[in-house]
Amino acid sequence: MDWGAIFGNAAVELISPTTAAYALAALGLAIHFGYTGLLNFGQAGFMLLGAYGYAIPALKLGWPFWACVLTALAASVIFALILGIPTLRLRADYLAIVTIAAAEVLRLIFTTNEFRAVTGSANGLSEFQVDLLALNPFPPGRYGFGPFVFDNRVWFFLVIAWIVVAIAAVFTWLIMRSPWGRVVKGIREDEDAVRALGKNVYSYKIQSLILGGLLGTLAGILFVLPRAVVPSYFQPTLTFVIYAVLLLGGAATILGPIVGSIVFWVLLSFFSGFVSRAVTAGWFPFMTQVQAGQLRFILVGVAIMLIVVFMPQGLLGNKKELAFVK
Amino acid sequence: MSSSVTPTSKPVKTTGLHVGDAAPGVRKVDPILIADGVRRTFGGLTAVDVEHVEIPRGAITALIGPNGAGKTTFFNLLTGFDKPDTGTWSFDGRSLAHVPAYRVARMGLIRTFQLTKSLALLSVMENMKLGAKNQVGENLFRSLIPSIWRKQDGEIEAKAMELLTRFKLDAKKDDYAASMSGGQRKLLEMARALMSDPTLVMLDEPMAGVNPALKQSLLDHILDLKASGMTVLFVEHDMHMVRHIADWVIVMAEGKVVAEGDPHKVMENPAVIDAYLGAHHDTDLGADSEHVEALKELIDDEQ
Ligand SMILES: Nc1ncnc2c1ncn2[C@@H]1O[C@H](COP(=O)(O)OP(=O)(O)O)[C@@H](O)[C@H]1O
Ligand SMILES: [Mg+2]
Repeated sequence: MDWGAIFGNAAVELISPTTAAYALAALGLAIHFGYTGLLNFGQAGFMLLGAYGYAIPALKLGWPFWACVLTALAASVIFALILGIPTLRLRADYLAIVTIAAAEVLRLIFTTNEFRAVTGSANGLSEFQVDLLALNPFPPGRYGFGPFVFDNRVWFFLVIAWIVVAIAAVFTWLIMRSPWGRVVKGIREDEDAVRALGKNVYSYKIQSLILGGLLGTLAGILFVLPRAVVPSYFQPTLTFVIYAVLLLGGAATILGPIVGSIVFWVLLSFFSGFVSRAVTAGWFPFMTQVQAGQLRFILVGVAIMLIVVFMPQGLLGNKKELAFVK
Repeated sequence: MSSSVTPTSKPVKTTGLHVGDAAPGVRKVDPILIADGVRRTFGGLTAVDVEHVEIPRGAITALIGPNGAGKTTFFNLLTGFDKPDTGTWSFDGRSLAHVPAYRVARMGLIRTFQLTKSLALLSVMENMKLGAKNQVGENLFRSLIPSIWRKQDGEIEAKAMELLTRFKLDAKKDDYAASMSGGQRKLLEMARALMSDPTLVMLDEPMAGVNPALKQSLLDHILDLKASGMTVLFVEHDMHMVRHIADWVIVMAEGKVVAEGDPHKVMENPAVIDAYLGAHHDTDLGADSEHVEALKELIDDEQ
């Protein structure tokens, strides 16, 4: 058993761009769910808009990277308005239903062959990073230290990803400690009480939906930068995994989503490496490699269940709150 | 609901509020709130059907009536939390029909809820600060730069501290609102409502579920509101309390205003006795027998 490789691969997930992308998407959900109490089950849809909103103008129109980012963000705001305007006046569950459905509609639109010329349908889009890579300050080659050895492309995306996560975390921290954050947390507790105090609850809910959605969209861009854009990434399970990351870290915290994402990916990589090597070594004679690939998700699921059962406030949540959870 | 609590000193009653005979819908000398033809039905049930009612300014008005009379629904309609089928109503001369709840609150008409709405996982201090009006830091873009809102936030905190001290909640300021007793939450909700310096405060059963010691202080606080120039409209079941602090009483039954008057005289009105006894005959709610008890006590009291 090559424990070194297992731990090494797990360590890589500590800083991988994917970990950063999940952290950012979960931070968006923290704004929605943890702070405002909005049930957005369509975070995958916001991420999809980031991925395609960036890749399509880059590939089909040859736009510079910043224009692609702005396109993605604009699409995200429009999506949030379409979802929020009709539902945020209604009971909380309506948003949940509409978001999960809308995210699926988006994914199917980008999967269908009708728009193949633009979306690449199920095969997706690749090589859309050219404009951004022209700015890569890292010299060509593979380098690093310990288990963290990557090529210059990955280093570049990794640094961008964590800078964006850091900026988003500071931004979220700033708004949540302000009077704006106080209103939003009040809405989470009881929106009628906040309304009775003269706050335009509807407007705050829309602002929150847009903000968390924008973080999801940026996360979508970060997620696809090191890979190709394929619609099947953006299944509803992606949203559920991001909720798991959020609950793992702590729903109404700034660093929770980041810690949650790191723990999630490190655990996943560790289990996956361990199970796969254990099967090769004949430790689990009843299991094939394909089954082993599934098992890692089961193990991660069990690990998350244990954490949620024994630490429902998440790794960084405030334990004091638990005494009052109804 | 035994009424052992009485105010320490006899409050000064405001009189001469109405013009002409004290009949339902009687005109007031200086009304702050006027409602006309306000009707709300739920399916076949007419919950509220108020032809005309005026709330006198600068006084404490009690809205009483048996359970299901439509008092809470009327509150919801007046404050924009529910929409009537028909009707107009105005506050301080400005029409409130179709005005959303948050704008009603900004105009200075603040209400509390029958089922207390404290913001459980916010601290008592945060609950209070949320009540303040015109906060620059509540704008998303300005919220990003603390130097823009910090000074105002400090002032709001000082004001909140003053109110909390007055309501004897200052020791709990950093606790979650969820950790307080039901009575303390009622106090908090009332204190929070005062953060915006309202002109009209509408309290839906402020004493329900509050222990006698706290009732006493709640009562004094309501009298304080009047002393500091606010108008109070409150729903209450405890007749002794109503009689002691209210300057005017409006009685609702089955959605309608059935009687109005001075708290000492209105109880003798046959329509009021009818309203309570009628409701008692129709339904078998335990709470209604309380009203009858209270009413009997009061009539005895008066004689
Ligand atoms: N949302 C609602 N849907 C249906 N019926 C309602 C609703 N709200 C109140 N009612 C009915 O309207 C009547 C008046 O209720 P309410 O205003 O709560 O009375 P009160 O506050 O005087 O006890 C009751 O018969 C109640 O059942
Ligand atoms: Mg009621």
